[in-house]
Amino acid sequence: MIKVEGLTKRYARTVAVDNVSFEVQKGQIVGFLGPNGAGKTTTMRVLTCFLPPSAGTAQVAGYDVLNAPMDVKKRIGYLPESPPLYPEMEVSEYLQFVGRLKGIPRGDLARRLDEVTGRCAIGDVRNKLIGKLSKGYRQRVGLAQAIIHNPDVLILDEPTAGLDPKQIIETRQLIKHLAGDHTIILSTHILPEVEQTCEQVIIISKGKVVATDSVENLTNRLRGAETVAVEVEASNGAPEAGAVLQRLEQVAGVARVLHRETKNGRHVFEVESLQGQAVRPALARGVVEAGWNLVELRAVSLSLEEIFLQLTGGDAAAGGVQ
Amino acid sequence: MRNILIICRKELKSYFASPIAYGLMAFFAAISGYFFYVATAIFVRRGMESAMMGRGMPMDMSEWVVRPLLMNISVIGLFLIPMITMRLFAEEKRSGTIELLATSPVRDWEIIVGKWCAAMILYTAILSISLLNFSFLFIYGKPDWKPMLVGYLGLLLQGGCLLAIGTFISTTTKNQIIAGTATFAVCLLLWVLDWVSAYETARWARVVSYLSVVTHFESFAKGVIELKDVVFYFSMIFFGLFLTARSMESLRWRA
Repeated sequence: MIKVEGLTKRYARTVAVDNVSFEVQKGQIVGFLGPNGAGKTTTMRVLTCFLPPSAGTAQVAGYDVLNAPMDVKKRIGYLPESPPLYPEMEVSEYLQFVGRLKGIPRGDLARRLDEVTGRCAIGDVRNKLIGKLSKGYRQRVGLAQAIIHNPDVLILDEPTAGLDPKQIIETRQLIKHLAGDHTIILSTHILPEVEQTCEQVIIISKGKVVATDSVENLTNRLRGAETVAVEVEASNGAPEAGAVLQRLEQVAGVARVLHRETKNGRHVFEVESLQGQAVRPALARGVVEAGWNLVELRAVSLSLEEIFLQLTGGDAAAGGVQ
Repeated sequence: MRNILIICRKELKSYFASPIAYGLMAFFAAISGYFFYVATAIFVRRGMESAMMGRGMPMDMSEWVVRPLLMNISVIGLFLIPMITMRLFAEEKRSGTIELLATSPVRDWEIIVGKWCAAMILYTAILSISLLNFSFLFIYGKPDWKPMLVGYLGLLLQGGCLLAIGTFISTTTKNQIIAGTATFAVCLLLWVLDWVSAYETARWARVVSYLSVVTHFESFAKGVIELKDVVFYFSMIFFGLFLTARSMESLRWRA
C-alpha cells in the first residue's frame, strides 16, 4: 500500500531524512517510532504530498507523490501533530467543509458526518465552536477530519500527544478499530503505544531507519536470553531465600539468579537463562520437587523500551521516552 | 470550480464569524458618509451662490459630487484592503491549517482563487454601502447613472488588483500584523507613485506613474472605460495571483 524507496529530504543545512526505505502492506498498523527530531514528521509530510522529497520515491496505493499528488491526496487521511482546526467554526460545520474539500459527493456528506461523529465520539459537541473544545475533543475532531472521506491510508502524527491517560486509551482503541479498513501509519515516541496498537514497527533515529520488523520479532530478535520471574511462597520462615536461590541456580540452563525481594512471606527471584534455553519447565519442577509452593512463574519479556535504547543509542532517553 | 466555491464559502464564513467584516463595514460607512455629506454640502452651497449671482448655468452633479466621492472611496480602499487580505494565508500558516489545505485533493490555484474571490466579495459588500449615499442623489436629483456604474467597475478592478497583491504578501509570513502592514505600505506606494508625474515628465517618470493604481482609476471616475486601464488592472490581478501561487509552491520546497 505504501512503498518508500531511498527517500531523502534535505533542508538548507540539515538532512532530516536520509535514504529511508520501507513498505507497508494493506490493512496494517505500523508504528513509526523515534525520538523527537528523528525525521518522523518529515517522512509523513512527504507521504502526504505536503513536502516534496529531495531524492528517492514514495508511493501510496501505487501513485507517486511527485507525479500523481492528486491521486495520492484522495487516498490519504492525515492528522498532523497539531490538529488543523478552525477555532471559529462549529464542529459539524468544520467536518462538512473538510468533507467537501476531500471530494465527498453532496448526497453522502450527511451520512459520512454521522458516521465519523459516532466513531470518534464527538456527537455531543457537534454544534459547539471548535475554539471552545478541550484538547481531547480537538484531537478527536482532528481524527474525524482525517477519516471523513474513508481513505485507504491514514497517517497520524503523534495522535495521543497531550491527552490525559483516559483519552489516550480511548484514542488507541479507536485507532485499533480503524485498522482493517484502513492502512495506518502512526508516529510516536511513546513505546507502550507501539506495543499496544501496532503490528509492525519502524524505528527511525537521526533520519535513518534502524529497524523494521513486527513487534514480536523485534522483541525476540533482541532478546538474547530469557528472563523469568519466580515467586516462591514461604510459610513460617521456610524455606529461606538463600536455600531457594541455591536450588534455582542448580537448574540446568540457568545463567544467573537474583534475589529481588521478600514480601509478605514470598521470595521473588529473577532468573536469566542461557542463550536459546527454555528453562521454565525445569525451574517449575525444581521448586515443586523441593516441596515449596510455586506462586508465580512468568517470562519477563524485554520491553521495547530497552530495545529502542539499544538501537538508537543513549540519546533516546533524552528524546522523552515515557 | 467546485473547490474554489468550497474555499470561498469557508473564507466568507470566517470573515463574518469575526468582527473584521462588520468593523470594516462600519468604518467605511462612517468615512464615506462623511465624504458624501461634505461633497453634497459644497455642491448645494455653490449651487445657491451661483443662483443668487444670477448665473443660469446648472451645475453638474457628476462632476461636483460623484467624481470626487469615487476618488475618495478609491483612496479609502487602500486602507481597507490590507485589513481584508492580511489573514488569508498568514492565519492558516500560523495555526497549521495550511497543512489540511495542502494535503487535500485541491490544487494550489483553486485555493488561491477561492480566497481571492472571498476577499473580492467582502470588498464589494463594503463598497455597496456607499450605494446608499448615492441613492439620495437619485431621490433629490437626476444624476447620470452610467458614469457611476463605470466608477464602481473601476473601484472593483482597482480593489481586485490590490487584493491580489495583499493575498501574495499574506503568503510570505505567519504574522497577520506584518502581512497587513506590508500590504498597507505597498498600497500606499502604488498610490503615491502617481505623484512623480506632477514634477517630472521624463520617460521614467511616466513609467513609474503608469504603475500607480490611482492613475488608472482617474478615467473610470470620469465615467470613461479605457482599454489600457482595464488591461493594466487585469494584468496586475493576474500577476498578484501568479506570485501567490509561486510563493505557495516555495513554501513546500523551503518548509
